[in-house]
Amino acid sequence: MFRGALREISRYPSAIFGLLVIFALIAVSVYTVITLPYHEAIRLWRGGEEIWGDNPRLAWPAWINYFVKDKRPLTQKRTSQDPGVERHQEKVDEGLWVDDVVYTFEYTADTFPQELTVTLYSEYKTKAPYVSISIERPDGKVIRLANLAVEGGKRVYRLEQDEKLHRKLRLPEHVSTIVGVFAEDPFVEDPRPLKGTYVLRLEGSRFEEDSTLESKAVLYGTVYGWAGTDHLRRDLSIALLWGTPIALSFGLVAAVGTTVLTMIISAVGVWYGGWVDSLIQRITEVNLVLPVLPILIMIGVFYTRSLWAMLGIIILLSIFGAGIKTYRAIFLQVKAQPYIEAARAYGASDWRIILFYMVPRIIPTLIPSLVTLIPSFVFLEASLAVLGLGDPVLPTWGKVIDEARVNGALYQGLYYWMLEPSFLLMVTGIGFAMLGFSLDRIFNPRLREL
Amino acid sequence: MSEQQNGKASRVTSATRSTIARLARYTVVRLFTLFITVVIGVYLTILIANMGGFVDQIRRAQIREQVAMQLQNDPTFRSLPEEQRQQLLEARIRNEEKRLGLDKPFLVRSFSYLWDALTLNLGRAENMTSDSGSRQVRLIILERLPATLVLFGTAQVVLFALSLFIALHLSRNYGSWLDRLFVALSPLSSAPGWFYGLFLIIIFAAWLKWFPFGGMVSVPPPENPVQYALDVAYHMVLPLTALTLSSIFISVYSWRTFFLIFSSEDYVEMARAKGVAPRTLERRYILRPTLPTIITSFALGVIGVWMGAPIFETIFNWPGLGRVLYQAIQLFDTPVIVGSTVIFAYLLAITVFLLDIIYAIVDPRVDIGGGSRRA
Repeated sequence: MFRGALREISRYPSAIFGLLVIFALIAVSVYTVITLPYHEAIRLWRGGEEIWGDNPRLAWPAWINYFVKDKRPLTQKRTSQDPGVERHQEKVDEGLWVDDVVYTFEYTADTFPQELTVTLYSEYKTKAPYVSISIERPDGKVIRLANLAVEGGKRVYRLEQDEKLHRKLRLPEHVSTIVGVFAEDPFVEDPRPLKGTYVLRLEGSRFEEDSTLESKAVLYGTVYGWAGTDHLRRDLSIALLWGTPIALSFGLVAAVGTTVLTMIISAVGVWYGGWVDSLIQRITEVNLVLPVLPILIMIGVFYTRSLWAMLGIIILLSIFGAGIKTYRAIFLQVKAQPYIEAARAYGASDWRIILFYMVPRIIPTLIPSLVTLIPSFVFLEASLAVLGLGDPVLPTWGKVIDEARVNGALYQGLYYWMLEPSFLLMVTGIGFAMLGFSLDRIFNPRLREL
Repeated sequence: MSEQQNGKASRVTSATRSTIARLARYTVVRLFTLFITVVIGVYLTILIANMGGFVDQIRRAQIREQVAMQLQNDPTFRSLPEEQRQQLLEARIRNEEKRLGLDKPFLVRSFSYLWDALTLNLGRAENMTSDSGSRQVRLIILERLPATLVLFGTAQVVLFALSLFIALHLSRNYGSWLDRLFVALSPLSSAPGWFYGLFLIIIFAAWLKWFPFGGMVSVPPPENPVQYALDVAYHMVLPLTALTLSSIFISVYSWRTFFLIFSSEDYVEMARAKGVAPRTLERRYILRPTLPTIITSFALGVIGVWMGAPIFETIFNWPGLGRVLYQAIQLFDTPVIVGSTVIFAYLLAITVFLLDIIYAIVDPRVDIGGGSRRA
């Protein structure tokens, strides 16, 4: 029967498309779960500056450069540990060691970088090393940025926050320091960045023989990876990748759980009849006026936001859904059939008849609705997340949409942030719906000629 | 010809009269069963909201804090010795708890909560206030009800009329490019309305700037009632489009399929062979017998959309019932959350009731005389 079904499916282009989408999603899920284990993903997603500090904030995905005329910069990171870095260490005097590092940045983008930071690390006993930072532009102009003592073992210099430099460069209020440093001419109406090689010089002085001085310079771009970053500099690709297995398993478990339980309950009602049947009917009617989403919200607010707890509650609230009435009508016909009579005659138990004789009969009619049901649960999870009731630890598509919305992605024009998870949700929804609709036609021949 | 019509007319009037009588009885029975359903639904809501006395604990903590704050601000209290201060505090807390009925066992309390909920005595909000400044949960919720009804009511009417019209048109022109387009687009309905809302906001509000991001009226609202209505309509364009987009394809698809199945029934073929005009055929032979089913599917759709109100209104910043619920979540305002849920249960019951009545009117097979059919 299934081979026949497969042959049927291959005749429907929309079914093939749906299947392809589903296979792709499954492949992504498997890849994600293998390459980025669950706990690692959670650790990364919940990490702070120490993990994500070197990423630009709110960066578009890098492929945007294929579509825009003004190419945007990628982030460039240099550390004093890098192989081939230009470094000069020498003892010049008693108690004075110079430790110079030169970083070069090739700048070819048409828009300005987001920020330039220099982080200095040092281990010393009493006298902190001293560093002066300067940058040489491609046109040969040298701008002194700062002189810092690396007190406390770590100092961070952020160009954008350097008010002193802003004043020194005599920049107008609305022109940021980074533009002042990187523009061809920061005083024109629409400044353009000066392309070429920028040389960042850190002239360090150590005052102790065994003190250390290491550094890291990051020229933050405005694009990152294939998914971009959010307001906490996190790489969105983690959430997008991990959202896939979560969405699939959530949708699948909820749909299968709901359908199978609904089916069994309705079969039980039909089989036993009498008060069991009417009780089930009454519960279904009560369930119809239960406001499911508000109740879910209530549970999310008062008790738990765990995705898997929500899943259980959703199944519980949906098993007495409208499906019971549909299945009941079919089961009533099934119950009257001779083979059931035969089973009863040879003494099959009630449960045996329900589970092995009645339920399997309606599985073919059930598969299409099951497949079509999956996206509705995927979207339900996203809905809860958008209401701020997403799982507190798991990165899901819905949570990305929620964070984008709450942080004003739409008002700031950061469309990628909202569109990426939305696109994945949409593709998932359409994939399952297309397959479900085609299956519906295959299993319900009456629809086939239409 | 005219004789025939006369006969038909008198048959119609007598049928109408008996329909009304049956309908009245049916309405009463149905209303009663639905009321019991609502009572059970609301009680379940209360049980869930107060499972394990969790909400009570929250309230106890709140009472303690409030009483302590009040006493702190009282200069005579501050001058009392430490021990006396503690005693006074505990006594006040006990009083307050007693006043709010927290000393009774949960079962008793749950029924008093149920009565309160059913009579819409929803208590006072903890943090939220209505636009008129009241703390009554009922006022907070009910003043938002019109906004929700305007939006979703309009959407349902538009959707019903549009779906029916398009579905009929497609079943007439079965196999045309438009027909195939709707069949191909039907999977789009797997996404809920708020999801389309996001896209519409991105395109028409953020990018093209044709429509507002959200809200119901401009700030400040226009004085003139006509302008006010126009302004509301302008704000409603995007939400309405989103709601329509999310359900139109699937309902058109399923209704059109339904019409097609019915139009191949023998009695329709027969009527067609007799030479019944296509319009009449459509109205009397196809639409009439399919109407009950269509109304049922529509009812489920309405309920589905109702359920989605909290998120939909949040996305569009629509100042309705759903948004109150969202705000209450953000502020952790228990009475408002429970109250909204109760109101939603009522609204669902009313919807189900109205649709039941409509169903009974259009489907003569429904035995509304009571007796054999359990309502």
